[in-house]
Amino acid sequence: MTQLLSPGVWDEVPCPFCGLACDDLRVAAQPGKLEVIANGCPVSAKAFAGLSSSKAIAPRIAGKTASLKNAVAAAAVILSKAKQPLLAGLGTDVAGMRALMQIADRIGAVVDHMNSAYFMSNVLALQDGGWLTTTLSEVKNRVDLLVIAGTDVASRFPRFFERYIWNRDALFGSNTREVVYLGRGLDTQAGTAPDGRKPTVIACDVTRIGEIAGALRCLIAGRHMQIDPVAGVPLSELQQLAKRMQNARYGVLAWAAADFDFKHAELTVQSLCELVKDLNRGTRFSGLPLGGNEGDVTANQVCSWQSGFPLRTGFGSGHPDYDPRHFSANRMLQKNEADALLWVSSFNEKRTPPETAVPTAVLGRSGMSFIKEPDVYIPVATPGIDHSGHVYRTDNVVALPLRKLRENALPSVAQVVAEIEKAL
Amino acid sequence: MLTKLNGGKIYDPANQVNGEVHHVFIRDGRIVAAPTSDERVEREYDVSGRIVMAGAIDLHTHIGGGKVNIARNMLPEDHRGDIVERTPLTRSGCGHAVPSTLTTGYRYAEMGYTACFEPAMLPVNARQAHMEMGDTPIVDKGGYALLGSDDFLLRMLAAKSDQKAINDYVAWTLNAAHCIGIKVVNPGGISAFKFNQRKLDVDEEHVYYHVTPRRILKILTQALSDIGVPHPLHVHGSNLGVPGNVETTLETIKAAEGLPMHLTHIQFHSYDTEGDRKFSSGAARVAEVINHNKNISADVGQIMFGQTVTASGDTMAQYRNAPHGHPQKWVVMDIECDAGCGVVPFRYRDKNFVNALQWAIGLEIFLMVNDPWRIFLTTDHPTGAPFMSYPHLIKLLMDKTYRNNTLAAINPDAAAMSTLASLTREYTLYEIAIMTRAAPAKILGLADRGHLGPGAAADITVYSEDADKERMFAKPDYVFKDGELVAQNGKIVKVTRGNTHVVKPEFDKSIEKQLKSYFERYQTIRMDNFKISDDEMYEFGHGNKLLLHPCRKNG
Repeated sequence: MTQLLSPGVWDEVPCPFCGLACDDLRVAAQPGKLEVIANGCPVSAKAFAGLSSSKAIAPRIAGKTASLKNAVAAAAVILSKAKQPLLAGLGTDVAGMRALMQIADRIGAVVDHMNSAYFMSNVLALQDGGWLTTTLSEVKNRVDLLVIAGTDVASRFPRFFERYIWNRDALFGSNTREVVYLGRGLDTQAGTAPDGRKPTVIACDVTRIGEIAGALRCLIAGRHMQIDPVAGVPLSELQQLAKRMQNARYGVLAWAAADFDFKHAELTVQSLCELVKDLNRGTRFSGLPLGGNEGDVTANQVCSWQSGFPLRTGFGSGHPDYDPRHFSANRMLQKNEADALLWVSSFNEKRTPPETAVPTAVLGRSGMSFIKEPDVYIPVATPGIDHSGHVYRTDNVVALPLRKLRENALPSVAQVVAEIEKAL
Repeated sequence: MLTKLNGGKIYDPANQVNGEVHHVFIRDGRIVAAPTSDERVEREYDVSGRIVMAGAIDLHTHIGGGKVNIARNMLPEDHRGDIVERTPLTRSGCGHAVPSTLTTGYRYAEMGYTACFEPAMLPVNARQAHMEMGDTPIVDKGGYALLGSDDFLLRMLAAKSDQKAINDYVAWTLNAAHCIGIKVVNPGGISAFKFNQRKLDVDEEHVYYHVTPRRILKILTQALSDIGVPHPLHVHGSNLGVPGNVETTLETIKAAEGLPMHLTHIQFHSYDTEGDRKFSSGAARVAEVINHNKNISADVGQIMFGQTVTASGDTMAQYRNAPHGHPQKWVVMDIECDAGCGVVPFRYRDKNFVNALQWAIGLEIFLMVNDPWRIFLTTDHPTGAPFMSYPHLIKLLMDKTYRNNTLAAINPDAAAMSTLASLTREYTLYEIAIMTRAAPAKILGLADRGHLGPGAAADITVYSEDADKERMFAKPDYVFKDGELVAQNGKIVKVTRGNTHVVKPEFDKSIEKQLKSYFERYQTIRMDNFKISDDEMYEFGHGNKLLLHPCRKNG
């Protein structure tokens, strides 16, 4: 557990602000201020410090300061009047998501996460063909060839290379790790080894990575390829890459669904997963889906175990219905298929609700500012700073125990949702 | 408050009660002796003519943790076929192969089960398993921590660490993960698969650590004996599903060297190589060895025909078997230098030779192992079949005519190769009560569960006697959990939380020095964040009770 090292200094603090959920941070807590003083990164530095500067802790109804009790009652009215309420955003911890699922079941709401547009690419690929994947500690100790598809990794997951690729200690000692990027215009600096070895970059359009994966599968199967180049990449480059992948002892193919920002990206994810499966006929190779930001993995885990279905599940018929396209929160709002929105974002005050005319209540991290003031705004505590809790890491396996680092009057999402449920 | 169950026929093997008629009294969640005549009975249930047993205990069912939730995510088409509506009392969800957590709790309770044990809890994923089980209402829960392919233990073995250090690590793991037992899956094999080793027999060496499964089995059985954990090592053996693995199983039993060992889903490990297809039943050989080795117990892992999903920590076997899956989609995962998991949907078909023979082999084992205290009723839910098939399985065991009629309808070549038709044994109610109540409680060290004597927790199931045993066991008349009526006529009437059972064996704290440094250097989570606290358990279980069971002193 996180330890109080000295008054106001916490050690081994887990960070919930990206899917890596590093738990080696040292954080100094002073009145009104939090600072990451060791093992930070741009994401955590901003997220820990940003929270402290906020003074806005009072709820608002229609822009006017209100008591928590009245704000809760107003949110309850919005939800209970609705024919098709929507619980979206879902940036919260396990306890918050448990409470949201309970209320969704009760009021017949649809649940959808703010990252689902990307996250669902992985879910759909999983449901269509499955996959063979690995987790961060396996990468840290075993990887000898890392192939990265369509992302620089580092801008979303700043400490990825430091912690898992260029780490000094590894169980199966490997200081000759190789990195290959597939994509164009990526910042590949983090992929340069400490000894100066540069990564291989295979320049291709991110939307055509699926074609590259298909070609690699052909080559690995020993088939003759008639097309050259493939997606703009000379076949000889792909032949070399195929050989390197087959010769790897423990290769890893990483992608971040959030960087597959195009239609039917699930097909690209699927082609990567099938490539990984094929490679395992001869050697060991694993996929590594990178995500978990804003608690998307957490929300999906809880939704799955409580309902039996992933996110984008609705309870309007008195039972769970899963529909990965229909129950997109944005789509429903655009098509006027929802008539109330409860938006939850407790990690990030920048993630505000989508523009909508339907009555909206927001459980947002304190300091959230809106283009359009919602009907109800209840500032909430942030897990891992203001209260203890749990978030899941990108790999779907490890749930980090978050700690309360300071006293704060803000209620947690779980508390507010429980109060709303009582007021229904 | 004093409650009386009036005049039932009691089947309570732990107290040698075999169908005798007597009353059962409950006070404050416990069974009590007959009160003095001046004490007022406040609630009375007339159960005369009905069958009264302790609540059933499933000692091997995959109900929580990573692989279970992967299966849920992967199979919406299966779940859509068994949607569960919300009621004023119960949450909505879904059933069939991998039910939602809430539905799992309701359905187990409706079927008369009051405790379920998750058999493959990866220590690094134990939080998730406990969270899911915390959202599984009514029934008691517990888990077995998975060891044997974790790099920490394999390094210890490769470095020839002494048994005491291993005992400390095993005890530390049980404490850190809040478990009640230790499971080993394909000993060393999950790790070996990460090194591209595709097969690992009992005496074969792991390509990197040069450790054999036999050695892993030996040190883990020894460790549990030394630290006094009641439940023996829970063993998913090597070579799961491979024809000829009966030899592996017999060697695995030898590896226990007389110490207690529990072999799980032994049906999948009882295959011989006779016949044209080089696939035959090894049930007789396995049963004979179990009959002669009193240190050995087993659960069957019966398969049932139909769609399900196999969920296992055995990545090596799951990857090997994935091409046989249906529908063709599957997940295999290497996990955290700790273990792994594999999730492969399966459709067992009665007209398929292999599946039909698997079905027959499971039943042969049930009928040929003589001692019902050492053979347990499981389907390895959901791997062999979903747990909802238990009443059907009980009927197959208790009703020879029904069994033989079913046998006549399966693949004829498989039926011809099975001795099942010649096995005339029919399980009695007393034996069913042993294998589903008294014996699991005993083998798990649950002194106050699985029986109806004074002092026992009032986990009680009441059935109406019925010639159709499937109907009888599917919908008990009454189910009491810790003294509260939770289900009536197969429907939930009250939702409670259920308890979590754990052991916390003592260990030399100095092991943490070594572990702390190991975690810092090689893992991606710090040791102190890896360990689950009591506060967290309280939160996961929504404030349910953590029931601590004693370990024997000095083994």
